[in-house]
Amino acid sequence: MIALEKRPQPSRIWVYLAPLLAVVLTMIFGGILFAALGKNPISAISAIFYEPLFGEFSFYYRPQLLVKAAPLILIAIGLSFGFRAGVWNIGAEGQYIVGAITGAAVGLALYPAETRLIFPLMVVAGALGGWAWGMIPGLLKVKFGANEILVSLMLVYVAEQLVAAMALGPLRSPEGRGFPGSRNLSQWASSANPELMAGTGVHWGVVAALIAVIFAYITLSRHIFGFQVRLTGQSPRAARFAGVNPGRMVLACMGISGALAGLAGLFEVTGPSGQITIDFNVGYGFTAIIVAFLGRLHPVGILLAGGLMALTYIGGEIAQSNLGLPGAAVQLLQGMLLFFLLAVDVMTNYRLSLGKREVA
Amino acid sequence: MTDALLTLQGLTKAYPGVVANKDVSFSIRPGEVHALLGENGAGKSTLVKTIYGLVKPDSGSMTLRGETFAPSEPREARAKGVAMVFQHFSLFDALTVAENIALGMENPPKQREVAARVTSVSAQYGLPLDPWRVVGDLSAGERQRVEIVRCLLQDPRLLIMDEPTSVLTPQEVGILFETLRKLAAEGTAILYISHKLEEIRTICEAATILRLGEVVGTCDPRETSARAMAEMMVGQVLHVPERAAKPAGEVVLEITGLNAPAPHRFGTSLKDVTVAVRTGEVLGIGGVAGNGQDELVAALSGEVRVKPGMVALKGRDIGHLPANARRALGLLAAPEERMGHAAAPDMTLTENAVMTAATREKLTSRGFLDWGRARTFANRVIADFDVRTPGPDNAARSLSGGNLQKFVIGREVLQKPDVFVVNQPTWGVDASAAAAIRQALLDLASAGAAVVCISQDLDELMEVSDRFCALNSGRLSDPRPAQGLTVEEIGLMLGGAHDLEVARVDGDMTSQTETAP
Repeated sequence: MIALEKRPQPSRIWVYLAPLLAVVLTMIFGGILFAALGKNPISAISAIFYEPLFGEFSFYYRPQLLVKAAPLILIAIGLSFGFRAGVWNIGAEGQYIVGAITGAAVGLALYPAETRLIFPLMVVAGALGGWAWGMIPGLLKVKFGANEILVSLMLVYVAEQLVAAMALGPLRSPEGRGFPGSRNLSQWASSANPELMAGTGVHWGVVAALIAVIFAYITLSRHIFGFQVRLTGQSPRAARFAGVNPGRMVLACMGISGALAGLAGLFEVTGPSGQITIDFNVGYGFTAIIVAFLGRLHPVGILLAGGLMALTYIGGEIAQSNLGLPGAAVQLLQGMLLFFLLAVDVMTNYRLSLGKREVA
Repeated sequence: MTDALLTLQGLTKAYPGVVANKDVSFSIRPGEVHALLGENGAGKSTLVKTIYGLVKPDSGSMTLRGETFAPSEPREARAKGVAMVFQHFSLFDALTVAENIALGMENPPKQREVAARVTSVSAQYGLPLDPWRVVGDLSAGERQRVEIVRCLLQDPRLLIMDEPTSVLTPQEVGILFETLRKLAAEGTAILYISHKLEEIRTICEAATILRLGEVVGTCDPRETSARAMAEMMVGQVLHVPERAAKPAGEVVLEITGLNAPAPHRFGTSLKDVTVAVRTGEVLGIGGVAGNGQDELVAALSGEVRVKPGMVALKGRDIGHLPANARRALGLLAAPEERMGHAAAPDMTLTENAVMTAATREKLTSRGFLDWGRARTFANRVIADFDVRTPGPDNAARSLSGGNLQKFVIGREVLQKPDVFVVNQPTWGVDASAAAAIRQALLDLASAGAAVVCISQDLDELMEVSDRFCALNSGRLSDPRPAQGLTVEEIGLMLGGAHDLEVARVDGDMTSQTETAP
């Protein structure tokens, strides 16, 4: 009989091995899935995992990878604080949207002034917008015990309506001939978030994501706040005994994740997307949840996981256009990745023992 | 022995890395109260779990009433007349006594019938119990009665009791012993697991002593001294804590009219608790579990903040201060539950040291942790308190209960508190570790600190306390000098036995307090 035994210590090897094994298993089962769909599994898997990095047109795809990965990493880093502390912010998508709206609104209010101060101001406004949207579930939880999972998730749909209303109303471009959507912020020098080095895809959002990774790494490993975050997640009672104020911890975590999601939204609306549109959000806030867990809630892990997830996005598009794979199959592949990660994750804290215990 | 009820022969059970039972053999006669003695980790639990069908032995055999007995699950053991009362109750707080008992039955009859049987069994054995009461409102002693009655309804031939008296007042212990004697007189054998030697000397006729999984001796506890049994258990000469007599100094901790609401539905509110603790003394606070101990520790440690004027440290009002501010001022605490409260199980010992020592040991500078200093501090705790672990990088959960407790106590003691509040310092800790911890508390007091020791172990309190008071339903009695207090007096301070009068009517209770050490 196969039994799971709890390890006295979490296995160090499995902490690193689990994500790798999850990726391998996803490739295998994804391949089986693609074969069942009548596609060549080898070429489908290589289209997704290999082409964007080393294929013929990788010079085009590689910058795209960074553009996709940056918001995922930025949001996932913010979420990882809350997830480590047991604060479940599922609504990063909403905070991302609101950050884009507030940032864009501040910029557009100053249009067409030409000064270098506008972009930094928008960055601050974007972060504050996301922070404020995150504070709503945070405060409701602290004051009334409302479940932050539900409230933050529901606020995503509120934010989606809000962005549509903004694109149609207050933020609509006066020169847009009545079409919904704001002015293009990436074409206005004061608010643009351009490629910093031509052909690399690196914009301010990528820089911010890297800074966030370093900041999170130092905070979690060296700072007392990071220690308290981890302690709260592992033993809430022990954290209270150690002097952590649970309410403040909720607010801090919701605030950090909200602000970083808002930043991601701002960098998106001023760069790759360029304008507030009805369907501005594309699900970065939700995918970032997968990225956070795939990266083991560890900053460096999230960096790698964000890259991997961006790869499946770009590769998925290639597979769709070149091989005619349905889009849902690619989403399924991403789902598989999280599924296998969670399944393999058991090995970190448990070990398999074979045939030791007799059947009762 | 031909008339044995249960015979164990050569039982061996090994787990990866440890042999829990090694060639254990003994037998129990019908109507015998048989003690199973041993330190934590001696293999007592594994052995009784084997008898109860929860663990399958690697080798060896058991015979029950002349037949081979190899239960594969508790249900089978119960069907053959083996019942067990666990140390930790498995009851649902929100259900009534009758509902709880019906839940454990194979084919439960109607509630009314269950209730009637509960009433008759509890009357028969002198265990007063109202079947319609909600379990959450019962005292620990009453909860235990629910478990015992649940077992008695099965009409067992062998009743296993795991540490049954750890939650009882002396009077309740008396009631329990009366019940056990009645059961024994009717021919039911009782396997009694405990490390309270005086109790075993009172109630048991035979004892089997386990050490490191092996039977190291048997004795007749009525004719063996507690000390001799303890030394058999530990395998070495026991160190008895000693204290240097020292006059008490000025008041450092003053609790005045402390009121605090119950933190949850089945918690206890603190009612008008007033006491002053002086430097150099150990104030022992006795009481049955669930009478406000956790709440008192929380109110003192700063986990729960109270109104101004209720708690003062060195003349300064601290009731409104959070935990770390109180630590900075010299008030440290160690709560009862090690795993998940006093320590974070999945964190390393170094990280656990940071948990409470960050402020006083200056493990942070401008918010940044100095892991080097933290490690050094953790190493000091490990060395000074003889914590058995490969090193400070090991997770707290990898330590045995006694070792983790030594770490938790050591972590606070080495921070040189002015006032140290500790709840159940030696709960579930083996005898030698317990002696070391008590010695540390006494040393702390003789070095000039005030120690508040909350415990349910009266022997322990008598050993360490200068003054003693009792916590009962959230109220604290007036402290009295510990020296010269009799067990009867202590029992009355603890609020006596719950429903003792009812029990007297039914049972012929003459000597309830012969558990005195």
